[in-house]
Amino acid sequence: MATLSARRPRSRGRTVANVVGVAVSVVMIFPVYWMLLTAVKPGSEILTYTPRFWTWHPSGSNFVRAVRSPHFLDALGNSVLVAFGTMLIALVLALLAAVAIARFRFYGRRAFVFVVLVVQMVPLSALIIPIYLLLNSIDAVNSLGGVVLTYLAFVLPFTIWTLRGFVAGVPAELEEAAMVDGCTRFQAFRKIVLPLVFPGLLATSIYALIQSWNEFIMAYVLLSDQNKETLPVWLVSFVTARGIDYGALMAGATMMALPVVVFFAIIQRHVASGLTAGAVKG
Amino acid sequence: MSTHTEAPPTAPGTAAPPDGTVTPRRRTRATPRLIGYLLILPTVVVLAGVQGYPLVKLVLLSLQDLTQRELFSGLPAPYVGFANYARVLGDPGFWTVVLRTVVFTVVNVVLTLVLATGTALVMRAASRWCRLLVTVVLICVWAMPQVVSTLVFNWLFDYEFGVVNWLIGLVPGVDMDNHDWYANAVSGFGVITLIVVWGAIPFVAITLYAGISQVPKELEEAARVDGASAAQTFLRVTYPILRPIYTIVTVLSVIWDFQVFNQIWVARGSKPEPEYQTLGVYSFMHAFGVNEYSLGAAVAVVTVLLLLGFTVFYIRQSLRLGEID
Repeated sequence: MATLSARRPRSRGRTVANVVGVAVSVVMIFPVYWMLLTAVKPGSEILTYTPRFWTWHPSGSNFVRAVRSPHFLDALGNSVLVAFGTMLIALVLALLAAVAIARFRFYGRRAFVFVVLVVQMVPLSALIIPIYLLLNSIDAVNSLGGVVLTYLAFVLPFTIWTLRGFVAGVPAELEEAAMVDGCTRFQAFRKIVLPLVFPGLLATSIYALIQSWNEFIMAYVLLSDQNKETLPVWLVSFVTARGIDYGALMAGATMMALPVVVFFAIIQRHVASGLTAGAVKG
Repeated sequence: MSTHTEAPPTAPGTAAPPDGTVTPRRRTRATPRLIGYLLILPTVVVLAGVQGYPLVKLVLLSLQDLTQRELFSGLPAPYVGFANYARVLGDPGFWTVVLRTVVFTVVNVVLTLVLATGTALVMRAASRWCRLLVTVVLICVWAMPQVVSTLVFNWLFDYEFGVVNWLIGLVPGVDMDNHDWYANAVSGFGVITLIVVWGAIPFVAITLYAGISQVPKELEEAARVDGASAAQTFLRVTYPILRPIYTIVTVLSVIWDFQVFNQIWVARGSKPEPEYQTLGVYSFMHAFGVNEYSLGAAVAVVTVLLLLGFTVFYIRQSLRLGEID
């Protein structure tokens, strides 16, 4: 009895926190739930004046309509190409640059770090006009390569900065010890540093993947051919082109969001720590 | 620049010479320096091509008068000096857009920080299962693409079949049938703010939670024992410890919210009305809506300059926190 009453104030606070926590969760997740629910609802249950918060008749017809609508498969393919292309190139370039600024001294190194940080702050929307004109002048409008190149510039600062943190976190003594034991510099890097920065590589590659998968304005401006559209552009044009078929729209939205959520959830800890490592170190 | 950055750049974990004049033995060869240059070369080329050149081009463009004729004929556009800037800065409409953008940014950043702080505090106080639940929810929301979440919110706020109108209509005496949230720019921006803040809370909340969970419980308990209220404890004990984190999430939020584009663009069905235009949208509409590329460029330059103030602040803060080296 005595122990119970001693614990009560604390557990009451905890109960309140739990209730608030559940309420926050319900409110925050509701839009996602509503998207999923609308996507699997049969058409007759979507446009109702009294909303239905559950369905006993889940159907795939919305997904079928979304997939069969013009250019969905093109958009999916383009998105996959652009996202993985950006990710792979960004990963290689960022790892090289991160090693350079974490491990080597050279004149202009600080200037390079400064530029990388400043570039991150240049608004994307400010650069659309010149990038469009630039790609237009070399006939690279409507080319996925041009889009990948553009995305690289917006993904690299973050990936370099995050990876730098991971590389710097590996004690140089470890590498030196490996080199004393007969490894070359490259072998020491490959066998000692690379495995240790793997979580960083994972986090930054997912980041690059998600950023380029989600990006909208650049793709909207640079890819005007319908068969060159990426998923976000396809999704937005889906609204304007055929009135609003909310069922198919939410099915398309689900298909675009689901891979991102899954990827993000798998490496959630690394992404969170990766983002904060860049921003909060100190 | 603070003196801190003048220290020789050495990898953490390496015993750095205190005065910066004596270089460690293995750094004296020329090859590491060369390797360093080779390693950053690809990045430098990409950034120069897709950031540096366009930035220069943007400034030049804002001093020219490029119309569709020059764009298609390939003729050089004539230089007009600061005529575009004079037009932009002399237009009262432009200043309305600036004001709108600033107000929008402030509202969004404040709401994001307050709600994220609340979420982080709840996460710390809650049981483990509840914290896990909140974390999973935050991760899901964080992962939602902006385009998707905007479309979903438009569906939630649909004038005819939207859940929100139905929910508010449950309040006795309130008739929300066919209420169009976007008919009025203030309530329309309310919806857009909701979309932006909803999407921004997860990063800030998780970052703050990571910081808050590092704050020693003993410190706060001591303050409580000494008679501080919960609010005082947070403001006087927890917040000062988290200040560096707050600085960074605030500045990042300002930078992100100042250039919100997707949510406004998609929420207004790719045709934002004049009263929905913030700087990013305004510049874009000038360039691609009416082919006034040079005018759009001038607006973009002004936007960059406005943000540069924040950027300098951010970089200085980073240096002070010892992020570089």
